[in-house]
Amino acid sequence: MNTRKRESGAKQSQRTARGALQSHWQQHLKTARESLKRLLSTPTASLMTVAVIGIALLLPSAVYVSMNNLQALSGGINVGSQISLYLNEDITDEEAFQISERLLQREQIASSEYISPAQAAAEFNAHSGLGDVIDALENNPLPGVIVLSPSSIDSAAASTLLEELSHLPEVQSAQLDLQWVERLQAFLQLTQRASTGLMLILALAVLFVVGNTIRLAIEGRRAEIVVIKLVGGTNSYVARPFLYAGALYGFAGGVLAWLLLSIILLSLRGPANELLALYSSDYQLQGLGAANSLILLTLGAFLGWLGAFISVRQHLSAIEPR
Amino acid sequence: MIKFDNVSKRYPGGHQALNQVNFELVDGEMAFLTGRSGAGKSTLLKLIMLMEKAQQGQVFVNGKNLNRMSPAQIPFYRRRIGVVFQDHQLLFDRNVFDNVALPLQIEGYPKHEADRRVRAALDKVGLLKKEKMLPITLSGGEQQRIGIARAVVNRPKILLADEPTGNLDPELAAEIMHLFEQFNQVGVSMLIASHDLSLITRLKHRILTLDKGRLIQDAYHTATVPGAGR
Repeated sequence: MNTRKRESGAKQSQRTARGALQSHWQQHLKTARESLKRLLSTPTASLMTVAVIGIALLLPSAVYVSMNNLQALSGGINVGSQISLYLNEDITDEEAFQISERLLQREQIASSEYISPAQAAAEFNAHSGLGDVIDALENNPLPGVIVLSPSSIDSAAASTLLEELSHLPEVQSAQLDLQWVERLQAFLQLTQRASTGLMLILALAVLFVVGNTIRLAIEGRRAEIVVIKLVGGTNSYVARPFLYAGALYGFAGGVLAWLLLSIILLSLRGPANELLALYSSDYQLQGLGAANSLILLTLGAFLGWLGAFISVRQHLSAIEPR
Repeated sequence: MIKFDNVSKRYPGGHQALNQVNFELVDGEMAFLTGRSGAGKSTLLKLIMLMEKAQQGQVFVNGKNLNRMSPAQIPFYRRRIGVVFQDHQLLFDRNVFDNVALPLQIEGYPKHEADRRVRAALDKVGLLKKEKMLPITLSGGEQQRIGIARAVVNRPKILLADEPTGNLDPELAAEIMHLFEQFNQVGVSMLIASHDLSLITRLKHRILTLDKGRLIQDAYHTATVPGAGR
C-alpha cells in the first residue's frame, strides 16, 4: 500500500514535470504564432521592414556569389597566360628560331615567338631606363627567350606543358606567367576585404532597422506590458513576443534576399554562359547553394533576434506599472 | 499576512503619501481602507504590490520583508497576490476568456488545467456565458467582474482592491462587495481601498482610515469616521 502510494506519487510528479515542459513549448509555439499574426495584421508596415532587411542582406550575398564565381573561374582557366622558355647561353639565334618553329607544330601551343638577347636588351633599355647598366657590361647577360601561349585555357594542361618544356635540353628554365590571373586574385582579395566591411555595415543596418521597428512595437503595446507585469509577468515573458517578431522579420528578410538573388542569377545565367562560351569554357554560373542559403536564412533570423534583443533590453525595463 | 511596521513614503517633489503607518492584517481577515482622495490609500496598496518602495519602515507580506526583495523576485511574488483595479486594467485586444487566462498563461499552466480554472473563475463572477466577448462590449460592472475573475484565477491567498466600486451604481457596488465577502469566506485575506463610506460601514468588517498619510483610525464597523470622505 505504502510503496504503491509512493509509486503513484512519483508517477504523478513525473507527469506534471512533463506537462510543465510540454506547456513551455506550447507557450513558445503560441507566442511565435501570435507574433506572426501580429506582423501579418499590419502587412504594409511589416513588408517595408522586411524589404529593407532583405535588401541589406541581398547586397553582401550578391557580392559573395560574384566573388565565388570569379574565384572558381580564375582557378579553372588561365586566359592570357604565357610560358617563357629561357634558353641556354650557347644556343644561337638560328637554332632558337628552329626550336620555336618546332614547338609551334605542337598541338598544345597556339603561338610562339623568339626574343633574341639583343632584342631583349633593346627592350630592357627602352622600358627600364637602365640601359647604361647593360652597355657598361662586356657581354649581354640576357638569355634568349621563347614566349609561348598555350592553346588550352585549362590551368592543369598549362602546368603539364610547362613541366614537359622545362626538360628540353636547350631550355635552361621555364616559367608560367600568370600575370592576368595573379592580378585577378589580388583584386579578389581586395574585394573580399571590402565586402567583409560591407557585410558588417549592412548587418548593423539590419540591427538598427529591426531595433527601431521593435521599439515602436513596444511603445504601441505599453498598456499591455504594464498589465502583464502587474499580474506577475517576468521581463523575459514580456520580451518573448518581441524577440520572436525580430527573428521573424530577419528570417523573412533572408527569404526575400534569397529570392531576389535567385532572380538576379537566373536573369544573368544566359548572358554569362554566352560570355563564358566565348572563352571556350564550360563553366556554369554558381548560385548560393543549399548550405549558404541556410546560412543566409539563419543569419537573417539571428540578426533580427539580436536587433529585437538590444531594443527590448533598452526599452522594456523602462515600462513599469505606476 | 500583511504587516506595516512604521512605514513612510514620500514621493519625489515632497508629497508625504504615507507617514509612519502601523497595522497588521492576519490570515483570512477582511479589511477596508478608507480616507479622502490623496490620503494614501493607493500608495499603501502599491507598496504591497511592490509598485513603489517605502523609504522608511518595513512591509511584510506572508512573513517576507518586501524591502529585501530583488527585482527578479517581484514577478513571482506578484503572482501570489490578486489585485482588482478601479480602471480594470484589461487588455482590450483579447476576449474575456483570454483576459482571465493571462495570469495562468504567464505561469505556464497546461491548457486543459488553465481552461478549467478560467471557467471556474468566470462562473464565480457570473460571466461564463460571455467568455468569447470582447471587454469593450461589456458594461462597467461586467468589466470589473472580468478584473475580479483575473485576480482570483490562480487562487491567491491575498486579494487587494483599489476602489473596485468607484464607477459603479450602489446596487452593482453592493454586489461586488458581496462577491468579495464570498472569497473571504473561503480563506482569502482581503484589503479593499474604498471611499464609499456608506457602503463599507454597512458591511461589518475592520476599517482602516487614512488621513494625509497617517493611519488615524483602526476600528470595526464604526458608523462615523472623523476625517473620512463623505
